[in-house]
Amino acid sequence: MTTAGAQAPADRWYPWRRALEGALAPMAALVLAWLAFTLFLLLLGKSPAEFLDLFWRGAFGSWFSLQNTLQRAAPLLLTALCVAIPAQLGLVVIGGEAAVALGGLAATAAVLPMLGAPSLLVQLVMALAGMAAGALWIGLTGWLRAKRGINETIASLVLTYIGLALFNHLVEGVLRDPASLNKPSTWGIEDRNMLGPIPGTDVHPGLILGVLACVAAWVLISRTSLGFAARVTGGNIRAAQLQGLPVHRLMIGACVLGGACAGLAGMVEVAAVHGRANASLIAGYGWSGILIAFLSRHNPLAIMPMALLLGGLGAAGGLLQRRMGVPDATVMVLQGFIFVAILASETLAGRIAWFQPRRTET
Amino acid sequence: MSAIGIEAIGIGKRFGAFTALADVALKVAPGSMHFLLGENGAGKSTLVKCMLGYYRPDEGSFLVDNREVEIARPADADALGLGMVYQHFTLVPAMTVAENLVMSRADVPAVINWAQERVALEAFMAAMPFQVPLDAEVGALAAGERQKTEILKQLYLQRRLLVLDEPTSVLTPQEAEEMLGTVRDLAHGGSITAIVITHKLKEVARFADEVTVLRRGRRTGGGSAQGLTPADMTAMMIGEPQAPANPERLGAPGAEPRLELRNLTTANDGGRAGLDIAALSVCPREIVGIAGVSGNGQKELVEVIGGQRAPSGGEMLVAGQPYDGTRELAQARAVRVLPEEPLRNGCVPRMSVTENLNLRGFDRDAAGGHRAWLSRGAMVERAQRLITGYRVRAPSAEAPIGVLSGGNVQRCVLARELDGQVDLLIVANPCFGLDVKAVGEVRARIMAARNAGTAVLLVSEDLDEILELSDRILVMHGGQVVHEAAGPGADAQAIGAHMLGSHHSPA
Repeated sequence: MTTAGAQAPADRWYPWRRALEGALAPMAALVLAWLAFTLFLLLLGKSPAEFLDLFWRGAFGSWFSLQNTLQRAAPLLLTALCVAIPAQLGLVVIGGEAAVALGGLAATAAVLPMLGAPSLLVQLVMALAGMAAGALWIGLTGWLRAKRGINETIASLVLTYIGLALFNHLVEGVLRDPASLNKPSTWGIEDRNMLGPIPGTDVHPGLILGVLACVAAWVLISRTSLGFAARVTGGNIRAAQLQGLPVHRLMIGACVLGGACAGLAGMVEVAAVHGRANASLIAGYGWSGILIAFLSRHNPLAIMPMALLLGGLGAAGGLLQRRMGVPDATVMVLQGFIFVAILASETLAGRIAWFQPRRTET
Repeated sequence: MSAIGIEAIGIGKRFGAFTALADVALKVAPGSMHFLLGENGAGKSTLVKCMLGYYRPDEGSFLVDNREVEIARPADADALGLGMVYQHFTLVPAMTVAENLVMSRADVPAVINWAQERVALEAFMAAMPFQVPLDAEVGALAAGERQKTEILKQLYLQRRLLVLDEPTSVLTPQEAEEMLGTVRDLAHGGSITAIVITHKLKEVARFADEVTVLRRGRRTGGGSAQGLTPADMTAMMIGEPQAPANPERLGAPGAEPRLELRNLTTANDGGRAGLDIAALSVCPREIVGIAGVSGNGQKELVEVIGGQRAPSGGEMLVAGQPYDGTRELAQARAVRVLPEEPLRNGCVPRMSVTENLNLRGFDRDAAGGHRAWLSRGAMVERAQRLITGYRVRAPSAEAPIGVLSGGNVQRCVLARELDGQVDLLIVANPCFGLDVKAVGEVRARIMAARNAGTAVLLVSEDLDEILELSDRILVMHGGQVVHEAAGPGADAQAIGAHMLGSHHSPA
């Protein structure tokens, strides 16, 4: 790479140090969170070494546990994008939970008028319906932010409760299958319309969709003019306006795109796991997505390993609970430590002189 | 209460490897007006911050009334009666003058006996050589009145030596004269000593008793103001005896207006009158200067043309066609904006210098077509060309632009906005906070653009800049254009009177 032509010797290693800083900061935060969690375990009288061992075995140690982890990571990839894409514009959107539920519900409802249609067509329509529902819901947050100046974090949080209430109202009301007695559910989508597992595994194809979505989001953000415009808007909206960028459309567009990802996660949960929409869709995927997006500093490529980590924690939870005799919430404590440590590490960005560009000026 | 003198001996201050002050001496006689001159970064602010206890000097000592004193923290300076009037106001706009004064005391009681305070304040105000209404809300006061209130606050706090940091930068010429005259009367009356930091040599010639000049952290000269000509002081400030030459004006303005505003209005904003411009036009090869006291609609005008604010009515035409500041139209009509505070308005601080230099052109390829995929190569190539052409000093082209110095950020924005064909250029306070050399360079670039046929709208709070560059001068007051004058040979006093809003009854 050529840098700064005929002037004082340029700091050519700076881009590398910056990349290193970006990678080391979350690593250091993870280590700190683990140390704090170690203290917590010792206070409980449990062995941190045993915790690590069981976590490894429950999450990645065997083909069975690895598949379990991947299965759990799949929706997290998509819900994390629901946070990370609007974050490029400086928006903190936390409404993924409702977008997942409504996406799943819309996907189920879309099947009703299509009984007997070819499976592939039904699946395609389900995916589109799920994405449209999520896009609409999060897009509403973006619209409120862009056109009415309403704080997008509060709007998305409040809309989550409204969305979940709407979901419950429909599932327990007009869309309810009268045969579902103990657990109110919609009608099923017919077995033949279910998405089969990835050949050779038990993992559903949502994982592939999630990975593709992450890669596509990364390309969009870092390699296209549209993504560049979004990053400029997120970095300084006044500068973006001065450049004539359509800041409102970019904001709404990013929310629509993020919502579509979360809606797709809901569709996959219905089409590959539950076969119908019910309270199982409200499993905290949306909330975990927020954690993952922040852990990966809103970089879609970093979302993949972080989703794997969080999916692994979920997969190992049962084993940890049974073998160590710790409550289920212990894993939540670890998640909490990680979140706080990551947020704290953000404030250190740019403070450590070694990572900063070397000044050549006097 | 009487004035005190201060003397600094051998003051040295380093920040890491950077030497901000080296062996600086300063002697200020009690009851004098002492002007401290120097370019940006010369060490003026560092010196007064050492004096007021915000920094601890690495070497040297201070004498107050010929006795050595220890100034380790701001409270020490306060106890000695040293105070500072900042460039930017430190009063609370939503509170009255009386509330601001009482609140500024170190010993405000938990419950304020307002009846008692009123009596004390009125007695204090009556004893002052100038008055400000105690019940006026500070936000409603004019800039000059606010600056007076700042000085009153210092007197109320029993300060006996005041440092004024560029006190006239936000004032009209008339307000500035009055304010500095007031300070001089106070000083010569023996109640305070004043140290004034300034860039304006005219003020030095009129108001200074003594002068100290700093350059690159060293004292380069000074003495009695009578014995120094402006050329002497400029030489001490910039090291070579030459003021920035006025850039040459070539060719006459075109006839067909490139920018036209007709009955342009904006909504009122927080009680401030919105824009109401009946007619304004800028022709090719013409610089139209907009003079005015800050807060009279200039900012709104730039925001409307730049697309940061929506007008509530009227027409904006560029080359005869309606214009709204969107990217398509800005690119099609070659409209560029050099905003004030370029880091805040024109850059993305955490994106790299390379990326910031490409904000105008990242989505266009060489043929002018739309580019959906970013071209890293084209971006680096353009950035290198601009960095070299405008002598931007950056540690790395990949460094965030936020780490650059103000002058280098301004060069980056200038480079980006002047790159390629520019038909209409909007410029706002382009030299604010730049040193003498950078100012000369920026003005020369703007003049060169004009000479090449660009229509330039120059909005500036620096009247000297407007007088130097403009072909035509408009004065804004209360959101309206209230006065028009030809640029060369304009009457600064008349313009100043209109800036103050006295166009109804000429001063």
